[in-house]
Amino acid sequence: MGNNNQRRRILIVLGVFVALGIVTPFLDSFMQALVTEILIFGILAMSLDILLGFTGLASLGHGAYFGVASYASAIVMTKADWTWTYGIYTWASSSGLGIFYLFIFGIIVAIAFSAFFGFLAIRATGVYFLMITLSLAMVIWGLAYRWSAVTEGDNGINVPGRPSLLGISLDNDITFFYFALAVFLICLGILYVVVQSPFGRTLVGIREREERMEMLGYNVWLHKYLAFIIAGTFGGVAGVMWTLFNLFVSPPDVELITSAEALFMVALGGPATLIGPVIGSAIIRTLQQFISIYVERWPLILGAIYIMTIMLSRLYGVDGILGFASKLRSSTAAASNSQD
Amino acid sequence: MISLSLSNVIELSFNSLSYAALLFLLASGLSLIFGVMRIVNLAHAAIFLFAGYIALEFYNIIDGTTSIMPRLMQLIAWGIVYFAWTGLSRISTEARACISLLLAYVVLEILSTLLFGVRLYEYLFPTIAVKSVQKINFFMLSAAIAAAVVMVALGGMFIERFFLRRFGQDTLAQVLVTIGFAFILQDGSLYTWGGDNFIFEKPWPLNASTVIGGISFPQYRAFMIIVAVVVAIVLFFGIERTRLGAIMRATVDDPEMARGVGINTNIVSMSIFAIGALLAAIGGVVGGAFFGVYPGVDFEILPYAFAVVFIGGLGSFAGAVVGSIVVGFMENFGTALFPELSYFALVAPMAIILAVKPTGLFGKG
Repeated sequence: MGNNNQRRRILIVLGVFVALGIVTPFLDSFMQALVTEILIFGILAMSLDILLGFTGLASLGHGAYFGVASYASAIVMTKADWTWTYGIYTWASSSGLGIFYLFIFGIIVAIAFSAFFGFLAIRATGVYFLMITLSLAMVIWGLAYRWSAVTEGDNGINVPGRPSLLGISLDNDITFFYFALAVFLICLGILYVVVQSPFGRTLVGIREREERMEMLGYNVWLHKYLAFIIAGTFGGVAGVMWTLFNLFVSPPDVELITSAEALFMVALGGPATLIGPVIGSAIIRTLQQFISIYVERWPLILGAIYIMTIMLSRLYGVDGILGFASKLRSSTAAASNSQD
Repeated sequence: MISLSLSNVIELSFNSLSYAALLFLLASGLSLIFGVMRIVNLAHAAIFLFAGYIALEFYNIIDGTTSIMPRLMQLIAWGIVYFAWTGLSRISTEARACISLLLAYVVLEILSTLLFGVRLYEYLFPTIAVKSVQKINFFMLSAAIAAAVVMVALGGMFIERFFLRRFGQDTLAQVLVTIGFAFILQDGSLYTWGGDNFIFEKPWPLNASTVIGGISFPQYRAFMIIVAVVVAIVLFFGIERTRLGAIMRATVDDPEMARGVGINTNIVSMSIFAIGALLAAIGGVVGGAFFGVYPGVDFEILPYAFAVVFIGGLGSFAGAVVGSIVVGFMENFGTALFPELSYFALVAPMAIILAVKPTGLFGKG
């Protein structure tokens, strides 16, 4: 029964993305860019869900891994005098593999940073964890802002163009959308396997009761640490995608607002659901694009949305939109049961 | 690596100490709120910035460069909103009162714009033209601190009473709501006062420097240290020696027992939040003449405040003192020695202390 339900959900999700793949080419370029952006931030929010939803660690510094990977890939593509990065990149690009090098490089940087930051942060729990991750992310922001020899400081880095994927040019918006969709689905697939695996189950166990898992002989620290690195890795994937999409990286991309937005996307869509954060990303990004057209006070409205969402969700005791949906479904099911 | 002479070291130490004083004003409030209420107030630095802007407007009004009328109109407008809300919530529930008031506002806004060309939101949220102020005297500075403290403390009570109290120990909710307020305060300030970098002239006699043995000591920095020391002494004796302090400590140690002996813990929480906010406000007004006031200064200074409470330990008074001194020195010497990597000078001590003792030097449990 449960298995059947699960299969149905997977089919629904896949159906939605197939529909998205069919519909998007017929939209105008503004909407195409919006959908691509939603997918990229969807990856970021999903990766944070591994930490927040499944492991129960609220990180307010997830923008850091997004940011370092984003900067790393931009630097690889632009710093012509760095043989180790630019040399290999141009060599790989000549055979259409440049984009793989970008991803590998970006992911390695993200893993390195999350491994180091995780090492510092995992000892702490709850509020302490949140504040440590926040401070560490601010360090990344500080580097992006002040270390102008590498990051170009306030000006940001302009990227000349996207490398080709095995000879297929990604400069076209539609091909890039399909590329983003493919990367997104790969990430979703991998993360789904991770959370369904015994490892993912253990993470949920740690979230529910850490002492019990410790007692049962699980290495709680290592599980949390690995979850942190996995989250950082996929945050890095989102970062590389962001550079490729935007062709520009600057300190505001690494700001606290990115981390907070990722956290909010998870809280809004429903933690521990993987697909919920993607819904959160879709809502926030769509609102941002459309509200920014009419008013210039987006942060103000975003702040109000944060407060209202949290007030409403705590008032009705539901976890995000998917939590609300499942509560609605269970209450209608209860109603139909009582009718029978 | 730049080598430092002895006079450099003395000058840097003095600067570090004054920076530490400012950090103490910011971090002690953060630490106090956490210690008593277990709330991480991410809007704390935004309150700091907001207080700076309030002081700026206050100076402008005193100077006559801006009018007080928009504020009076705003007060009347909000008074009307408040009475409408209390009236409506008497005859219906609070939620329904909110929704009907919002709908009524939307209808009125459209009607007034179409019929009279009057935009109501300009009365509710006026934009104030301010400019950098030149003539500030010592009395004005004190009055500005008082004005900012009152406004911010009231705002803090409002946030605690109507929002944070409902979440209990739900960390995620607290964080997202306080960060929501941080965005609102930050962008609201940008809307109200504009995005320029405003500088306060330092009042006489604080605008000069004393030169001792070839090293100049700016007197404003000395003033910052004095303010922080006075605040620290008042806080310490207030918490440790007075009846009110005893009530606060009782609420921290065992809220249930405190309620049992007849302490109204709700009022205590609200006052603590207000005190935390007013500490940030003092820092904001004093720091306004030091950093200048501009959007973004809040998120820039927030990590320093966090570094202070991490190193000292959240909720510990001695920790806030020691932490701010450590961070003040680290930041100033770090910037002097490795200008581009100064943020790393923050992480290094944090990382070492966290690795040894996750709750900070003076933190409990």
